[in-house]
Amino acid sequence: MATGVFSEGRAKIAERTLRTDRWWLQPLITFGVLFSFIIYATWRAFENNYYFIEPLISPFYSPCLSQSCAPGSSLLGHLFPIIHIWGMTFSPALFILIFPLGFRMTCYYYRKAYYRSFWMSPPACAVAEPHSKYTGETRAPLILQNAHRWFFYAGLVFNVLLTIDAVLAFRDKHNNWGHMSVGTLVLLANATFLWFYSLSCHTCRHTVGGRLRNFSKHPMRYKAWTVVSKLNHYHQQFAWISLVGVWLTDIYVREVATHAISNWYFF
Amino acid sequence: MARTLKLRIWRGDDTNGALQDVTVDANPGEVVLDIIHRVQATQMGDLAVRWNCKAGKCGSCSMEINGRPRLACMTQVSAYGEDETITITPLRAFPVIKDLVTDVSFNYKKAMEIPSVEMPADLKPGEARMQQVDVERSQEFRKCIECFLCQDTCHVIRDHEENKKSFAGPRFFIRIAELDMHPLDMLRNRKKQAQEEHGLGMCNITKCCTEVCPEHIRITDNAIIPMKERVVDTKYDPIRWLGSKILKREDLIQN
Repeated sequence: MATGVFSEGRAKIAERTLRTDRWWLQPLITFGVLFSFIIYATWRAFENNYYFIEPLISPFYSPCLSQSCAPGSSLLGHLFPIIHIWGMTFSPALFILIFPLGFRMTCYYYRKAYYRSFWMSPPACAVAEPHSKYTGETRAPLILQNAHRWFFYAGLVFNVLLTIDAVLAFRDKHNNWGHMSVGTLVLLANATFLWFYSLSCHTCRHTVGGRLRNFSKHPMRYKAWTVVSKLNHYHQQFAWISLVGVWLTDIYVREVATHAISNWYFF
Repeated sequence: MARTLKLRIWRGDDTNGALQDVTVDANPGEVVLDIIHRVQATQMGDLAVRWNCKAGKCGSCSMEINGRPRLACMTQVSAYGEDETITITPLRAFPVIKDLVTDVSFNYKKAMEIPSVEMPADLKPGEARMQQVDVERSQEFRKCIECFLCQDTCHVIRDHEENKKSFAGPRFFIRIAELDMHPLDMLRNRKKQAQEEHGLGMCNITKCCTEVCPEHIRITDNAIIPMKERVVDTKYDPIRWLGSKILKREDLIQN
């Protein structure tokens, strides 16, 4: 039986959409960038090499918690033993990537982005989606999107750790303090972008004050909510900037670690 | 200088219909509703179109122009190219009555399902007081002109007729959010109602409602997502639930 825009009683129009603009361009670009990142991140997570060179560590591997981590790369110690699967060492990145991945997967902005570009639900506004049934986020697995706040809290911990990584990068390759390199700036920029992305999050906005009924009775939380609301306006932009930031930071650290380029020191 | 405009206007009723080609003059500064009226006056005397204020405030002239839900009175003809054919159809999420007029009674039925504000019983007329900061938040939602463009573009019902039973739609999520954020509202089960009776969980926040809103209400960011987070507080947050039991504070998970 016909459903959607072809349902009984609705205007009989054969086309799924009458939009004449390039509505397909945005989901196509989103798909291309996100898919490229997924391929790159998967490869890097399994590569298990070239993620650390004093004083820089890739955000894909920080905090490095496995006994297989490169010497000097573990900020919090070696919590996990070396695990071998099919003769391959289990990469330290795989212990931690679920948290930033989960944060982005359940992010209210990224949900819009991938529901449109990957699942075409819908591909664009007023463009009929190809699915015959739709239940949204009411049942498994999509009901797990409600866990966003837990990934947000975990993301804050990661932001602190990556900020510490950036501070530790104010050292030279012999661990002497008081130096700054291009890598220091790269790690600082990455941590900054991630803080903006986290603090502009809708869950953050709700937590600091959004859940209140009476702003007037909680002036400090109202002030915090006002600030986060302003950041929240740019959440989409922060989501993309921080994603590209993580990507480029990892590329930079890898290039330095493979000695393809040298980490130039300002002082 | 007047230009000649090529139009395709959908004409028909709930049993049949088709796009009909029309050529009509357009003057500078005119909007699509002006053009429809000219067509009505000169070529199609029985063309059905719903309109009222012609100022973007009554929400009557909602239709789809080149496939996009819009108010005809707020859509400038000059936005379209000289050689472009403008296609005008009725809203495609609702049953058509005739030509460009659709039956939007679905929305009124949904509106009746939402309980209105419940003020404290001991509050006498004239005694209600609210601070400006508390008013401002829901004031945005009061801008809604009930044009139902957000309802029309929402794929949950646009693409799935069967969901109309269990999904209220973005217009009514802003209504629920407005009431749930009301400092004096005593009804405490709005979050539960939003999730279980009005289908808030079906929204996958693809933001089309926000994109088409002629009043620029940030429906998704300021109403739907905050309501989703409030639902998480009450239904999907085990720590808040535990806190409510240990601290004996039911308000932490108020339904």
